[in-house]
Amino acid sequence: MDKIKFIHTTILRKVYLCYAFECVKNAANSFAMNLKNRSLVSITDFSKEEQLYILSLAQDFEKNPVRNLLENRVVATLFFEPSTRTRLSFESAVSRLGGKIIGFSDVASSSMTKGETLKDTIKIVSNYCDLIVMRHYLEGAARYASEISLVPIVNAGDGANQHPTQTMLDMYSIYKTQGTLDNLKILMVGDLKYGRTVHSLLMAMSQFNTTFYFVSPKELMMPEEYKLYLEKLKLSYYEHTDLNEYIGEADIVYMTRVQKERFSDPLEYEKTKNVYILRSEMLKNTKPNMRILHPLPRVNEIDVEVDEHEKAYYFAQAQNGLYVRQAIITSILGVI
Amino acid sequence: MSCSHSGKDKTQLQVNAIREGTVIDHIPPQNLFKVISILNLHKITTQITFGTNFDSQRMGKKALIKIEGVFFTQEEINKIALVAPSAKLNLIKNYEVVQKLPVSIPDKVSGIIKCYNPNCVTNHEKVTTLFHVVENHPIMLKCHFCEKVMTEEHFIFI
Repeated sequence: MDKIKFIHTTILRKVYLCYAFECVKNAANSFAMNLKNRSLVSITDFSKEEQLYILSLAQDFEKNPVRNLLENRVVATLFFEPSTRTRLSFESAVSRLGGKIIGFSDVASSSMTKGETLKDTIKIVSNYCDLIVMRHYLEGAARYASEISLVPIVNAGDGANQHPTQTMLDMYSIYKTQGTLDNLKILMVGDLKYGRTVHSLLMAMSQFNTTFYFVSPKELMMPEEYKLYLEKLKLSYYEHTDLNEYIGEADIVYMTRVQKERFSDPLEYEKTKNVYILRSEMLKNTKPNMRILHPLPRVNEIDVEVDEHEKAYYFAQAQNGLYVRQAIITSILGVI
Repeated sequence: MSCSHSGKDKTQLQVNAIREGTVIDHIPPQNLFKVISILNLHKITTQITFGTNFDSQRMGKKALIKIEGVFFTQEEINKIALVAPSAKLNLIKNYEVVQKLPVSIPDKVSGIIKCYNPNCVTNHEKVTTLFHVVENHPIMLKCHFCEKVMTEEHFIFI
């Protein structure tokens, strides 16, 4: 019965989804116009409809990711903080669309080491390119850059603040695995206090009547401001310290890494680190449609055995980032 | 207390009336010097009188400032709303109160408060701080740059 119910729900979701995406596609021209030359610093910089438009474009790029849309365009990737996946994902997105890439992957190879300010770096680089993708260790650096740059800025992470392209690829992954973004139950696990991906995802998914479950050690609970935000929207959320508590309820389990440096007491970390490990046996009584997401990198919070489980989706999730970033870049450059 | 500004009962407040200018009344005593700093009163060359710990029926104790020959714009006035939301401004002409202005909390606060987040770009680069007022009671400010929300106990005036 459960399986029939699941198939029925999936079909209904797909019908609704097609309808929602048709709506945004019909209005595609106006969204394309609106997004041109806009910076993307925070997930709230794009409206709900604009976010859905990006997801619908990502779907098209997934079908056909190699196109010559960025011929003669130059994208600068300025990584003031090291990153592997995000930088390569952006660079792959641009390369597959025929664009050129300039930039640096480490602050040591930039003029910041000579004492140049962020302002001067952005002012100069924005003369040489059509779009800047930047990651910076300071919170607010991308917003500041967007206000002084001659070209749009895409924030690829500013300290513990925002990482909007990660949020949109998470949304796309949720949408692909669930067939809808509406009325889902999302379980967030791990570092909910400092993790920028969970905060941004909470903001984004709160537009879709989501029920949230927060599971974390006491030191790393979801900050009050986000809980207040959900209360204002009259959305339900539940908190617990035990990972087994809500796992059976969830449509999405969003795992994050519990970082050692977040604990004031090293002993407390040692006690906690193995409590939040997702193992295969914990997936037995989960919903058939449930999928596991993780922004990566993973350390030990998902047991490697889980990688082969049909509910593990985190590697595919990373691949989705490519299409979402292609959609974002082409929209901002006005070439789609 | 405000009757003293009309010149009819000068004995209640032990400070001189002004001929023309602004009286800022109902300032919380603990924030008197913050108001002086926010309005840059230390740079004004006309006569300024300030007093604190006056009895007030409404507030228990209050502070006030009298500034000779200076009138403020609404924008300047609203800056003090962060530290003295209950303040009232009396505009004085020829020793008479000609207008009473309440302070209202602005939508944005620029350049007067430091972001409390040590990792905010405004604490590392030469950037004018900017905050959006997200709640009025109690007042909560969201940094335009790092997006952290702070409450009054975290306010550090520049």
